[in-house]
Amino acid sequence: MGIKVAKTANEAFAEGMRQINPDVVAAYPITPATEIVQIFSQFVADGLVKTEFIQVESEHSAMSACIGASAAGARAMTGTSSQGLAFMWEMLYIASGLRLPIIMAVVNRALSSPINIHCDHSDTFGARDSGWIQIYSENVQETYDNLIQGVRIAEHPEVKLPCMIMTDGFILSHCLETLEMLTDQEVQEFIGVPPERENLIKSAIENKPITIGALDLQDYYFERKRQQAEGMKNALKIIPEIGKEFGDKFGRYYGFVEDYKLEDADIGIVVIGSTAGTAKEVVDNLRKKGVKAGLLKIRILRPLPVEDIKNSLKNLKVVGVMDRVEGMNAFCGPLYSEITACLYDLDKKPLLTNFVYGLGGRDVKIEDIETIFNELITVLEKGKKDFTLKYIGVRE
Amino acid sequence: MPNIKELAKRESRFVSGHRLCAGCGAGIVMRQVLLAIDKPVIASCATGCVEVASTIFPYSSWKIPWIHSAFENSAATISGIEAAYKVFKREGKINKEIVFVGFGGDGGTYDIGFQALSGAAERGHNVLYVCYNNQAYMNTGIQRSGASPKFSHTTTSPVGKVIPGKVQWQKNLVDIMVAHGIPYAATAIPGRWNDLVNKVEKAVKIEGFKFIDILSPCRLGWPHESELTMEISRLAVETCIWPLYEVVEGKYKLSYKPKEKKPVAEWFKLQGRFKHLLLPENSNLLEEIQKEVDRRWEELLKKCES
Repeated sequence: MGIKVAKTANEAFAEGMRQINPDVVAAYPITPATEIVQIFSQFVADGLVKTEFIQVESEHSAMSACIGASAAGARAMTGTSSQGLAFMWEMLYIASGLRLPIIMAVVNRALSSPINIHCDHSDTFGARDSGWIQIYSENVQETYDNLIQGVRIAEHPEVKLPCMIMTDGFILSHCLETLEMLTDQEVQEFIGVPPERENLIKSAIENKPITIGALDLQDYYFERKRQQAEGMKNALKIIPEIGKEFGDKFGRYYGFVEDYKLEDADIGIVVIGSTAGTAKEVVDNLRKKGVKAGLLKIRILRPLPVEDIKNSLKNLKVVGVMDRVEGMNAFCGPLYSEITACLYDLDKKPLLTNFVYGLGGRDVKIEDIETIFNELITVLEKGKKDFTLKYIGVRE
Repeated sequence: MPNIKELAKRESRFVSGHRLCAGCGAGIVMRQVLLAIDKPVIASCATGCVEVASTIFPYSSWKIPWIHSAFENSAATISGIEAAYKVFKREGKINKEIVFVGFGGDGGTYDIGFQALSGAAERGHNVLYVCYNNQAYMNTGIQRSGASPKFSHTTTSPVGKVIPGKVQWQKNLVDIMVAHGIPYAATAIPGRWNDLVNKVEKAVKIEGFKFIDILSPCRLGWPHESELTMEISRLAVETCIWPLYEVVEGKYKLSYKPKEKKPVAEWFKLQGRFKHLLLPENSNLLEEIQKEVDRRWEELLKKCES
């Protein structure tokens, strides 16, 4: 059985990595994710892991080295944030296109400019179409559990896609919470030996040459991408299976989304990450007042769990989608677009509104969430909406 | 080192069927480098002529495990592969010796790939990095690079009415790599295959990061007659434009001294990119190059003597 400890999300990531004991870690420091590799490098220095740790000269090289290592048959991991993830952007697509199950711990942080080190989701939303599985976490426990499940999802022979696991910068990365850790043996048994893949070292040993990363022109590129899309589609089947297996073994069950008091709700918000914790408190308060409020937390953004989102929201009358990203399209935030697309085919759909909040780590207080619910109540009473997007907590 | 008969008997691991130009220096370089290694090899290759022409799916000219991931990261990619090998070896999962080679053109090495190269050299991965240096971005259509010679015509440093081609000298990458404190660095050309093979053979026996810069004539970009590839690479050495030397643990050693140092114009006259330098009105430019080549040659000789 696991033990209860107090850990920050960065520490939880590092401890999880130690227990996963990857073959290769290549990483570069960046606030607020630096601690992950800092703690991990101490594990390496103390001989607690077998890992070959490459202290690369950039995030671009971190992902490139992970690609090399993974293509050589290694279980490869890295961690980053914000500008670091942006610098990797080119290599993210190559990692997924080469079908390499690399695992990346990401601490969400706003993108420059202006430079800022605090939380929003603009970094990983920028990477949402890069072919990586994306798992978001509400708290330290989920950060840890998601990392361990991520290994299994990425390496599954029907998926074979890289996976990024997110936690909120500073809010979680530097915040002590209670964490129920699994034992090293439990983690090792759960992740198991990586399923065999074609790889460079195997090819060298067996003297059976393989070429990885060939040039696909008009005659093959499309098929390759279609196969990759199929891997992402297969993840829709695999993710809940692994979430259930994890729950059966360790008591904490995971699906694509978390429904919170949605069953009979008239109004609800859609939210990602740590804000869900604050928002649940608001939902509870509203329920006490007799308001039928609920919340949908998105855990998996890629693949997009369309059916789950549809089922969770179909009976609501008014929905507010909370985006911790500015879409810069003069219309709405990116999560709003995704949720709208999910609901479009419903005959009867809720009225949808969008709230952009918390950019650059702007604090999200109980009152901010209450403001959003008050807006939803007004729309509910009017039976129509007179806005699509509102900004919460900004001076205008 | 093996003689030419023995080399010819070795299995070629960069094989025909690729779509490099007739007379391309890079294809010869790939073949010679791999012939010189008698162990299993894993190679990474930067985006560029060689990658594009040798791996058009479903074909491949590589009879070794080979990977291309992007343009600027051949050195970082091979670092990751070598790291995976190290951990597998430590764990007892493999015991076979494998040689790791990173390939890149001059763009992918001198310019966009320089950071990854420098990082890999500083970390000291057990890797041989080979630059096939054709002195410009040939794959995208002959644009100037940090390796393009002064006054050469490229499509982004064209010879015009007021500017006579590229206005800067190429960087001395071998010296820069030597400054990283790596155990082995060298220059080579395909036209002196014995020297090239010797250097590769020597390099892969040394533990740590090794760098070889190989001048690779480009019949399309320089341009030159396709049958002159080998000769033109030798002429670069005979004119002391591309001296052959190696640097072992920081000690410079000349690999070949021309019996009679030829004027730089001898090399220029076989290539279209320098033809403006041979016009009477540009004699001052030609003189400038000759003077600087002479100076650099003397400097190199001094380094090799000390």
